[in-house]
Amino acid sequence: MNGVHDMGGQQGYGPVCPEADEPLFHADWEKRALAVTLAMGAGGQWNIDLSRSARESLPAATYLGSSYYAIWIRALENLIQARALASREEMRRGIVADTPAPVFRVLHAEQVDASLARGTPTHRVVDRPARFGIGDRVLARNMHPRGHTRLPRYVRGHVGTVVRVHGAHVFPDQHVTKMLPPFDEDPQYLYTVVFDAQTLWGDAADANAQVSVDAWEPYLVPAP
Amino acid sequence: MQQHDHDHAHSHLDEMDLRVRALETLLTRKGFVDPAALERIIETYETRIGPHNGAAVVARAWVDDAFRRWLLQDATAAIASMGFGGRQGEHMVAVANTPETHNMVVCTLCSCYPWPVLGLPPVWYKSAPYRAKAVMDPRGVLADFGVVLPDSTQLRVWDSTAEVRYLVIPMMPADAKGLDQHRLAGWVTRDAMIGTGLARAPVATPADMPAAP
Repeated sequence: MNGVHDMGGQQGYGPVCPEADEPLFHADWEKRALAVTLAMGAGGQWNIDLSRSARESLPAATYLGSSYYAIWIRALENLIQARALASREEMRRGIVADTPAPVFRVLHAEQVDASLARGTPTHRVVDRPARFGIGDRVLARNMHPRGHTRLPRYVRGHVGTVVRVHGAHVFPDQHVTKMLPPFDEDPQYLYTVVFDAQTLWGDAADANAQVSVDAWEPYLVPAP
Repeated sequence: MQQHDHDHAHSHLDEMDLRVRALETLLTRKGFVDPAALERIIETYETRIGPHNGAAVVARAWVDDAFRRWLLQDATAAIASMGFGGRQGEHMVAVANTPETHNMVVCTLCSCYPWPVLGLPPVWYKSAPYRAKAVMDPRGVLADFGVVLPDSTQLRVWDSTAEVRYLVIPMMPADAKGLDQHRLAGWVTRDAMIGTGLARAPVATPADMPAAP
């Protein structure tokens, strides 16, 4: 989706403003938002790509006008509502109104350390060779899918060079196609593709800068 | 006007506070979340997982050539050998700064960040200005951080658009030569490991000051 989340190369946001001695959280609710989001994510009712897609699908003005954890919470509410785990009214009031909860995997305190230490690796072994190798020139496809994708707009239609091959990884564009498990992982080879800044941004760009993205094989074709 | 903005910010905070509180209460009552698990998650990122982990990795790479080679070859395994890994660092790549090349990491699409070594990202990393500007004007971003590199230094920006997470190994400052690994870790700032800063002498606090002779 060509959403506002795809920010690379947008202009008009002003300078980057680091905050001196920035606290880890700026309000208590941010801690709670982090913890609730991670705990619910461990429930397995959605995956990381469905989470990202939910955040990116917020109305553009809402996305731009919300802080990081506020985006998380709005998306989490949408994920919960879409699976009928709770209604808007229940979430607003904090009171259980509907029928008993469906069966749900709950992350218990004693499982937290192991769960965080394990993470969710996305590498998969596939029985086909990679289409591209290091040094290959590739064209990032000019594509504008309505659904979730991880190919930023600023590289689409441009030619770059493969500098790393990461093996096959779960393909986000396909991983979001089912709302509930089992999800379609559709592993695809993943490459780091580097572009000259002037290729992406024109002659006025830094002649001595390069930018890479990590791109799945379906995003790429051999350079013409 | 300032007063108005101030009030507005507060009412927004209060709104989010109530909203998250209600959500957490509901999810707990439904049995979807274990309150003790929430506390454990917060405690983990407040105390155990943070940029001190990455600083230990970089300091070791500065003094231990074999480890440095391993880190550049297979960062996930090398970092795991020091006890760090997992969520948002499942697939790590380390990139080393040199006099010729300076690396910088961004996530233009969201806020991907190597949690096991750097902890939770700062607000600026997640902000629109950084995500928009880093890939188009990295030298301008460095200037926003007060960092000026020679024009001849090549800037290499890594946009983490997949599940690979990048750690920058900054150059060791000449002044740090000869220090032990533990002390060196104090020179490795979070921003240096993102690529928006350089390693530098630790800011001395009274506790760090050598005892008076």
